[in-house]
Amino acid sequence: METELREHLQKLINENEIILFMKGNPDAPACGFSARASSILNALDKPYAAVDILPDPRIREQLTAISEWPTIPQLFVKGELVGGSDIMVEMYDSGELAELIGAEQPRPEDTPPAAHAEPQPPAIQLENRLD
Amino acid sequence: MSKVEEIKQRIEQSLPGSVAEVEDTVGDDNHFRAVVTAAQFAGRTRIEQHRMINEIFAGELGGRIHALSIKTQTPDATVAEGAG
Repeated sequence: METELREHLQKLINENEIILFMKGNPDAPACGFSARASSILNALDKPYAAVDILPDPRIREQLTAISEWPTIPQLFVKGELVGGSDIMVEMYDSGELAELIGAEQPRPEDTPPAAHAEPQPPAIQLENRLD
Repeated sequence: MSKVEEIKQRIEQSLPGSVAEVEDTVGDDNHFRAVVTAAQFAGRTRIEQHRMINEIFAGELGGRIHALSIKTQTPDATVAEGAG
């Protein structure tokens, strides 16, 4: 069962160019670090997939097994782990994140990122196929 | 020993010659920020640099150490930032 979940997560990572694993969802983040991560992506104004890891602890376990990254949030772009919120903040500030995802860097007066959140597609719900 | 001091010492011992500035960001002995300056980071990606720190506290992040925010840099920060 764990293998099945891991394969499903890997598929999501492969099929979504920008995917954020977080606590809660972009409209209602459940942790300050996840809030920061999603607000950065909102500011860059590119569509992204978001997965809430909270509904089942096995999601986080299997995600960590894939990424070998201990904390949440985790951003993947084009199938590669970019990092958590610290790295996202640094890369946002330097413009590297905008470049990586092909977005336009907001002008400094547009920040903080939380200021203009665009509506995002609904978060991906993981089907509970484990029970 | 405070956790701040412990985190600082463990980082500096694991990466000889490095300097770790650690602060308790909330004042709850649970949320920390470490700014680590180490020559060992040179030539490595941010992910690799952060992994070097995460590995020191494997299994403790999210648990005993609830949150550790990390910033990494090399002693010559202008080289670390680099161009491109």
